[in-house]
Amino acid sequence: LAHGGGGKAMRDLITEVFTDVFAPPGDEDQARLTHPAITEPGAQLAFTTDSFVVTPVEFPGGDIGKIAVCGTVNDLVVGGARPLWLSASFIIEEGCEVALLRRIVASMKVEADKAGVQIVTGDTKVVGKGSADKVFVTTSGVGVIPAGRHLAADQVRPGDVAIVNGVLGDHGAAILAARGDMALSADIQSDCQGLGHLIEAALKAAPGIRAARDATRGGVASALNEIADAAGVAIEIDETALPLRPEVRGMCEILGLDPLYLANEGTLVLFAPPDQADAAIAAMRATDAGRDAVAIGTVGKGRAGLVTMRTLFGGSRVVDMLVGEQLPRIC
Amino acid sequence: MPARRIRVRGQVQGVGFRPFVWQLANRLGIKGQVLNDPQGVLILATGDALEAFETALRTDAPSLAEVTGVESEPHEFSTPPVGFTILQSAGKGAETRVTPDAATCDACATEIRDAADRRHGYAFANCTHCGPRFTILRGLPYDRAQTSMAAFPMCPACASEYANPADRRFHAQPVACPNCGPRLWLEDGGGETAPDAIEAAVARLAQGQILAIKGLGGFHLACNALDPAALTLLRHRKRRPAKPFAVMGTLNMIRQYAAPSKAEAKLLRDPAAPIVLLNKSGIALPEEVAPGQSTLGWMLPYTPMHHLLMDAFGGPLVMTSGNLSGEPQVIGNKEAREKLGDFADAFVMHDRDIERRLDDSVERVTPHGPMVLRRARGRVPGTLPLPPGFEDTPQVVAYGGQMKSAICLLKNNEALLSHHLGDLDDALTSEEFLKADTDYAALFDHQPALAACDLHPDFRASRHAASKGLPLVQVQHHHAHMAACLGENGWPLDGGKVAGIVLDGLGLGPDGTVWGGEVLLGDYLGVERAAWLKPVPLIGGDMAQKEPWRNLLAQLDAAGMGDLADQLFPDKPLAMMRQAAAAGLNAPLSSSAGRLFDAIAAALGFDGALSFEGEAAMWLEAQSLRNLSHPGFGFGIHDGVIDPAPLFRQLFDELDAGKEPGLLAAWFHASLARAFADQALGLVNNGTAQAVVLSGGCFQNALLLDLTVNMLGDVPVMIHQKTPANDGGLALGQALVAAAQALSQSESK
Ligand SMILES: [Fe+3]
Ligand SMILES: [Mg+2]
Ligand SMILES: [Zn+2]
Ligand SMILES: [Zn+2]
Repeated sequence: LAHGGGGKAMRDLITEVFTDVFAPPGDEDQARLTHPAITEPGAQLAFTTDSFVVTPVEFPGGDIGKIAVCGTVNDLVVGGARPLWLSASFIIEEGCEVALLRRIVASMKVEADKAGVQIVTGDTKVVGKGSADKVFVTTSGVGVIPAGRHLAADQVRPGDVAIVNGVLGDHGAAILAARGDMALSADIQSDCQGLGHLIEAALKAAPGIRAARDATRGGVASALNEIADAAGVAIEIDETALPLRPEVRGMCEILGLDPLYLANEGTLVLFAPPDQADAAIAAMRATDAGRDAVAIGTVGKGRAGLVTMRTLFGGSRVVDMLVGEQLPRIC
Repeated sequence: MPARRIRVRGQVQGVGFRPFVWQLANRLGIKGQVLNDPQGVLILATGDALEAFETALRTDAPSLAEVTGVESEPHEFSTPPVGFTILQSAGKGAETRVTPDAATCDACATEIRDAADRRHGYAFANCTHCGPRFTILRGLPYDRAQTSMAAFPMCPACASEYANPADRRFHAQPVACPNCGPRLWLEDGGGETAPDAIEAAVARLAQGQILAIKGLGGFHLACNALDPAALTLLRHRKRRPAKPFAVMGTLNMIRQYAAPSKAEAKLLRDPAAPIVLLNKSGIALPEEVAPGQSTLGWMLPYTPMHHLLMDAFGGPLVMTSGNLSGEPQVIGNKEAREKLGDFADAFVMHDRDIERRLDDSVERVTPHGPMVLRRARGRVPGTLPLPPGFEDTPQVVAYGGQMKSAICLLKNNEALLSHHLGDLDDALTSEEFLKADTDYAALFDHQPALAACDLHPDFRASRHAASKGLPLVQVQHHHAHMAACLGENGWPLDGGKVAGIVLDGLGLGPDGTVWGGEVLLGDYLGVERAAWLKPVPLIGGDMAQKEPWRNLLAQLDAAGMGDLADQLFPDKPLAMMRQAAAAGLNAPLSSSAGRLFDAIAAALGFDGALSFEGEAAMWLEAQSLRNLSHPGFGFGIHDGVIDPAPLFRQLFDELDAGKEPGLLAAWFHASLARAFADQALGLVNNGTAQAVVLSGGCFQNALLLDLTVNMLGDVPVMIHQKTPANDGGLALGQALVAAAQALSQSESK
């Protein structure tokens, strides 16, 4: 792929690789959008954006395109929105294979269809070698929060149950395993997936759900800390309840990593009032993305913002948000 | 007649100092008055024997007093005093001092054994020379109403002792007797069971039961130290496979299992009554007490209850802290029933509340003097005078490290290092740490202008420091270690540069690598790295601390001995670990001496993972033969980089040649000491450094300390004695560095 600014080769490329796949096609530089949901009384628009940089760009269980769609869709749905439209922008490194771009775009299309969103506008820029790493993707998303729905971190109350939809750390572990420098025999797939259907199902069964947060960078530990801070509550999780794939657990032991801090791309934590927790879990388990849904802890009245974990040995360990990378702390 | 105004400074309040002065004055015919004030004790005196009086204030002071200064100037009485009087304290904030808790004195110990005494058999006897202080304190000033003794109104007999300056119990706040004081009982799941708690406890201990016993600073779990089955049960219940238990015994009992030197016996009998590490000698206690160790931690009975227990039981008792693994020691009765119910068959309890949780202090005697390993009961809240040059320091609070947390406050030319708080990863300890911050600040009326912490952003202590809203000084871990040792030794602020041999676990370096085996050159203000162990990857980050073999893998790979590692660890996922190391994935480069100890321990036969922190290094010290011939190997040294590679090659050659691991362990100690001593000596001999400082957790190893000090010869050497060489002393160093920087800034303004 040659570096160029708006020349014919570029336009051809855009037409060929991108425009064919994304609907609706059009000549305008803007998308004009209508949907009955946005005009319903009490409905709110939700709007989010995120940039995606992944090495390697293709990994077991997904690629950067899939993450770019799922990530933005999930940012919308954890706020209770139904995702409608996405934009997608690409920074492409000169020399990036067209075949790779095709695969990325195709997987975006698949995920968008699954999530029921349309990618309605986009952009591409090709930059010089070394100015990007193969391809960076930015997606923005618009969705609608139906009237009467209010999912927010500050709604979380003491007594609420913290629930995850599935095993922790698969994405982070898969990415580590897929890096060329790691000799991992472990067959770990990224958990990258959209969570819209899961949330809708959970909300239907448990309308009292207070909040949800996707546990991406910084893992479940960071998601819990953000909620605890925002809600001014303490959260205690139970080490024995944490769902972990044995391969991920094994890899974490070898590398000394804490799975609570590993990134996820299709894992969320949601908080349900105690009387609706079981219903929420059952409904989640009936969906593809929630088959391993399980309660991992409860909200308490302890020190605001404090997340702790009851350990296998019965002690209670502080689970902090990390400032830097996991750095050794034991003197 | 001459009259003088005499100021006495130091630990002189709440230790029976005023009655001592009163008695002294009466004996020497001195007239005048004595009172406590914010600076200590103030005496106005007149008489012929004033000189002898002033001298005796220092030489004859009560056992718990620590007189740091006696200054006097001429005084004129407006009306000549008639006798000698003890006045009420002068004004609010006068009683600023709290003394540490003190072991039962000989006089009280005699009384409780005297059938004719009204305190015969009483578990809570005390006087001005002994008894609870800091552990029962709620607030200042230190008087009965502000302690957990407030719940026990004095009977007339106790009240008259309390009011009589000639009595040993004059103004002893916790004074009590069986008629008016706290009560001891024994209970099990079925409630209170026996009229005589001591008798019942002893019967149960003799049957191999485990008891939770409420002591001075917290609950202990106790069992018969001679009963292997009880010991095994206790280890099983506490999920504590190998960490040594402390043992309580009388000096006569101890002498059957150890041979305490004069200095060790003195330390055992110190009013602080610390746990003292003693070499095993004589009859062997069951291995379960301290598996694989060459030393045992012994302490004497330090409350009347312990004395009664020892008398009745007649043998040594294991006394380990009553807590869930990693959590702080339990102090409340209710809490004990809830938390220790699974561990203990019965509880020995009393109704005097413990206000402050204080673990037993742990100390040892090295050839270079006593050394505090864990500073807690009996030592806090003792203060340290600041070195010359720090007189004008702003008030500083420093928050220490992560694992052996302690806080330090600077104020009024003194440093107050808090008690050992523990591992801040533990949620309850972390709460305890926050509480201690408020508590110490309130008790010592501290208004810090400056906070200090470690460079590591993810220490909980560092986060807390950052949240204080004060100007924050982040101090490199090993600079703080070095400064703590300088400060403890009174090295002046402008004393010049020193060479700091800091052999430690881990601390974040300013270059983003992890330090821990360095020679630092500098002073309180700053340091440069003059020499260091050649860094190797810390494979798996904190996992490398738990699994010593990871460090051996890293060292062997670095030494080009990867083939040997393949042979030694056929079942380990070496390929993945090597790639993580190469990729720097949770494998930061580290010059840690602690991890080098781990690697050597793994090479010499330490197998598997640690069950408690420092286990491998302690094992290595315990293995080492003491009749040490000249080391057959050493490090490679190039431009200050101390490379262990040659040592590993030679060590495995010697092992192959059939050399005893214990000899090689000793050789390693000597080689390490030699390498670092040489680097430091170089700096002293070329005039760059004025003295050598030894700090960091590795210097709690008595063999390493002794070898290093000896190799340094005549050069001035500073070592830790009153503050821990490990992270327990870190906050003191942080505080001094922050103070030095503040002082140098205010000077340059
Ligand atoms: Fe340290
Ligand atoms: Mg996001
Ligand atoms: Zn006494
Ligand atoms: Zn009484």
